[in-house]
This record gives sequence, structure tokens and C-alpha cells, in this order.
Amino acid sequence: MTSYIVRRLLWGVLLLIMVIFVTFLVYFLLPSTDPAILRAGRDASPSVIAAIRRDLGLNHSIIVQFWNYLTGIVFHLNFGYSYYYNDPVGGLILNRLPATLSLTVGAAILWVIVGIPIGIISAIKRRTFLDRASMGIALVFVSAPVFWLGLIALFLLANDIGRFHVFLGSGSYVGLTTNPWRWFQSLILPWMVLSATQCAIYARLVRGSLLQVMGEDYIRTARAKGLPERTVILKHGMRSAVGPLVTVLGLDIASLLGGAILTETVFSIPGIGRLQIDAIGHGDLTIIQGTVVIAAIFIIIANILVDIAYAFLDPRVRYE
Amino acid sequence: MSSEQPAGTLLSVENLSVQFPTPDGIVHAVDGISYSLDAGGTLGIVGESGSGKTVAALTLIGLTRTQGATVTGRIMFNGRDLLTASKTELRHVRGDDIAMIFQDPLSSLHPQFRVGSQLIEAMRIHRPITKSAARARATELLDLVGIPDPKRRVDQYPHEFSGGMRQRAMIAMALSNEPKILVADEPTTALDVTVQAQILALLERLRSELGMAIIMITHDLGVVAQIADHIAVMYAGRIVEAADARRLFSAPQHPYTWGLLRSIPSLEGPRGVELVPIPGRPPSLIRRPSGCHFHPRCAYALPSHAAIDPPLVDAGAPGHMVACLLDAAQREAAWAELRAGGAPEQARIAAGIEDDAVEPTEVAG
Repeated sequence: MTSYIVRRLLWGVLLLIMVIFVTFLVYFLLPSTDPAILRAGRDASPSVIAAIRRDLGLNHSIIVQFWNYLTGIVFHLNFGYSYYYNDPVGGLILNRLPATLSLTVGAAILWVIVGIPIGIISAIKRRTFLDRASMGIALVFVSAPVFWLGLIALFLLANDIGRFHVFLGSGSYVGLTTNPWRWFQSLILPWMVLSATQCAIYARLVRGSLLQVMGEDYIRTARAKGLPERTVILKHGMRSAVGPLVTVLGLDIASLLGGAILTETVFSIPGIGRLQIDAIGHGDLTIIQGTVVIAAIFIIIANILVDIAYAFLDPRVRYE
Repeated sequence: MSSEQPAGTLLSVENLSVQFPTPDGIVHAVDGISYSLDAGGTLGIVGESGSGKTVAALTLIGLTRTQGATVTGRIMFNGRDLLTASKTELRHVRGDDIAMIFQDPLSSLHPQFRVGSQLIEAMRIHRPITKSAARARATELLDLVGIPDPKRRVDQYPHEFSGGMRQRAMIAMALSNEPKILVADEPTTALDVTVQAQILALLERLRSELGMAIIMITHDLGVVAQIADHIAVMYAGRIVEAADARRLFSAPQHPYTWGLLRSIPSLEGPRGVELVPIPGRPPSLIRRPSGCHFHPRCAYALPSHAAIDPPLVDAGAPGHMVACLLDAAQREAAWAELRAGGAPEQARIAAGIEDDAVEPTEVAG
């Protein structure tokens, strides 16, 4: 097991280097304005621009630039400096992380505690009105784009522009440590919107995998033992159905941590997604690279964690 | 005990029918079967896949209820009808009074729970015993069914067991509450021949040691020959012949039973006798053949057999019943010819069945 984890981590690092290289290459080759000009501001003289080029290391060859960038990340956790904010990218991302983390974790809790029970009920009551209704609603939410749902939610329920003034609206986010109650209130709508789609996906996923499991022979054995149906479903059925869920959950959380761009934009939450979208607007290459690399790190770590979790969930899985 | 059940009768199934509605039509999985099981006795139910034998067994403990089946008849056990028993009542019968083991031991144990904990769970649903007492008993049971090193095995997962050991573990689980009846649905089909023999010997030993009754469901007459004292042969959801095991093997009355007997190799019969498969496939249980359901595959069928549905009638010995339209003399002559190694065509002539009869034809869908 330990050797497996070490091997996976080494592969993860290699994969990360490849991701860094590709993002680096993509943004290098992208037809964008010279970062030095962006950085220099309006009507800068050529000598100033040349000085900035030297400062940023843009006069080196692409290989050297990549090497500097890579060693900066690996050895100093240095993702470079933002052209626009003139701050270290690592620090900028770190500042934005709590907002994204709040949004993601809260939404994940919500979609797990709502989506999974709906899926279970739907599977048990298969082909009844309840099943068809919840799967129909799920289909609507799966198909609805988050930005649309977000706007609808704001127009309906936000306390500023909403039809009914129920929840705090867009741009009301404050940090958890600043004002926990306001933090909570400001995130209610974003959580609901972000988890709506996910709820629907999870409900369908649970329903599907539970239905498959309930046809297994060992479920018949559990019933033949005289177990109450509740135990058959929740213990024997869900024990097997939970595997695919963990995989999806791990990757979903990881990819949202890399920036819930749409939700953060609609609700003006200062998270990594917003940082990213603003950086694109400013042509701020180092931030774009930095956020992509961070997202990749999250995904790679989540993959490893999911695989390790599998060994605990399913005794048949053994990693040599 | 109900006054309607003779003393010594543990279970009596009366006119049991099970139907499943499907988009293609109603599946007549079980069509009016009756049998009874004595305490400590062994009943073999034999038939091809799709003859309704498994459905009949699952219905005993109410496991077809969840599948939307329409069930009629009576299943009298301990003086009450299990068909009208409430969900909770039935749940207390399952795994306690009537335990069941299944065809595929590989998939019948939950892969993600330890074998011991699956046994412990089976006990603790029905008995108020502590975890540690249940655990000790689980170890004992594994030992009883012949699993070596049970103290270590009790903490292992099913995938660490071989196929035969898993079936032993299933049996241990079924025995954990000392059931009065063990229903074994093709318990040896998925196993090697040598392991099959061991499992059958184990069941036989447990039956005599623990005094439980066994219902053995199988497609293999060889299996029931070793273990059953009474045999019912099922075809297309019905019992077509039932008799004491000895009687069934010495004087079988139904052409389908002849077919089953002639399709298994025998060490005792004349050598060089070819194994003869029964032609055709089991019929669709949605659109069953008219008249005698077996007539399309029967070598002895007359045109009239496609119209008359034979009732199950006395066949000349106590407890021996058969549903066949041939008369007793014809059956006796035909079986005598078959037993001597004759082909079905010769047996047909020997039985004096006129030649203008219908040729056996394949059953259409």
C-alpha cells in the first residue's frame, strides 16, 4: 500500500510537470499582447518596456523561462508575479482560496445530503410517480446551466433585485472569520444554485447504481436472511453503491476547488474562479497559469485520494 | 400445527401459482403446484432452467412479493399460511425457520463484508445474543461445515474463499438459526464435481445431525438421487411427476422424466447406451403449448394430446403421481424398451402408439 501511494505520488508529480509545461506552452504561444507592455502601463517608453522585459525574464529563451518557472513552483512555491496586481500569484490564489473552499464544501455537503436520499428513494420507488417526478426534475436541473439558474435565483430570491427578498444577493460575500453569520447568509443562494445541478446528477447516479446493486445475488441473500428491507437497502445495497459516488465526489470537489467560475461570477464571490476570469480579461498570464496549475494539483491529489479510498471501501481492491 | 396438516408434515404447498406481469404478457412461472414436506425429510424438485422451480422456492419465503408477482394458493407452515402472512411475520420466518442457499456462492455473499460479520448479522436479526457470543457461534458453524482454520477464516472476506468454501460459508449462514427447512437452490451447479459431492455429503450429514428438512432444487437428477427421499419433476411451471426417489428411478411414468433419466450417464445401467438429449427447448411461459405442455417435445405424443391438458393422477404406487395422457400399459411398455437401451422410436412402437401421430416439433417462441 505504501509503495503504491509513493508510486502514485511520483506519477502525480510527473503529470503535474507535464501540465505545467503544456499550460506554459499554450500561453506562450497564445497571440496576446506582450506582457511587458501590459505591465508597463499607458504610453511607456521603449526603454521602460525593455527594462520590464529584463525584470520579468522575458528576454530569456522559452526553455530557460520554463525552467525558471518550474523550479520557482517546485522549490519556492513561487508562481511568479501578476502583471496586473503586481503581487505574487501564489499569495493571490491563497487569498482567494477560502471563498472558493467555502462555496465548494458547503455546496458539496448540500448536494450529498439532498441528492443521495432522493436517489435512494427514487430507486426504491422505481416506476412510481415519485420516481418519475424526481427524475424529471433532476433532468431539468442537470440540463440547466449554472449561470442561468444563478440569475433566476437572484431575480427571484435576492434581497436587492429579487422578486421576494429572502436571501443576501450577489456581492454580499464576507469571510468566515469576519462575520460568520453574514458569511453563511451570503452563501445560501450560491450553495443552492451550485448544488442544484450536482444534486440532480448525484440523485441519478445513486438511483442507477443502487438499482444495479439491488439486482445482485447477495441482496437476495440479505433478504433471505430475514433482514428488514431498510437494512437491505441502506447497509447491503448502499455499501456497494457508494463506490462510484466517492469517485465522482472526489473529482467534482477537486474541480470546483480549482475555481467555480460561473457561480463565483454570478454571485461576485471573490474566489479562485473570479481571479481566473479577471486574469483572462487582463491578459494576466502568470495568474492564468497559476490557477490552472493549482486546479491540476487539486485534481491529481483527488485522484490519488479516491484510489486510496477504494482500497478501504472494497476489500477486493489491493494495491501492490 | 394446523388440523389440516397431517402429523409430521412440516410444510404443505397447495395449488401454488405465481404469475409475473411483463410487457410481453403474463409469465406463468408456477402453475398450480402442490407438495408437502415432512420434518427431517428431503424433497428434490427437478426441472430444466425456466421450469419455475426457483420461483416456486423464492415464493416460499416471500421473495417474489417484491417483484410484483401475483401469487395464489396456500403455503401452510406451522399452522399458518405464509402467503397471507404480513411482511414482518414473513421476515421472521426467513432465515430463522426457513433458510435458503443459492446457486452461485461466488455472488451470493456480500463482497464487502467479512464472512463472520455476515453470519453474525444473520443470527442477531433473529436472536438477542451478544456480538461476541454470535462470533463464537459463527466460528463454530464454519467448523461444522468443514471450513479449516475457522478462527482465521471468520475474519476474512468472501473473495479470500474458494468456490466450495463459499458455498460452505453460505450453508453455515443458513444453519445459524437452526432452521426447520433448508431450501437449497442448485447449490452445487457452480461447483466442481468433486466439490459437488462434498457439499451434497455435507448437506446429508447436517440433515441427519440437525434434523432439518431440505428442499433440493436442481436440474440434475443425479444430485437428487444422492440426497432426496421424495422427488417432484417440474415442467413449464407444473409438477408432471412426483414419487419416492426409489420409485421414480425404478418406474418413472412421464416421458419428460424418461428424457431426464436418459440424459444423465449411469454407472449401473447397460454399458454403451447413448445419452439422449430431450429435443427442443423449454417452452415460453408466456405462450405455453396447448394441451399437454410437453407434447411438442414428446416422442410419444398423439394429435389429441395437443388439445387435452392432463391432470396429475395416481400412478400405481402410494405417493406416485403423474400427468400424462398415455395409459399405464403404454407407459410401462415404453419405459421397458427405453431401459433396455432402445431409442424413443422403438419405445414408441413397443408402446403400440400408431404411426399417424404427430411428429415432435420445435416449440415456436
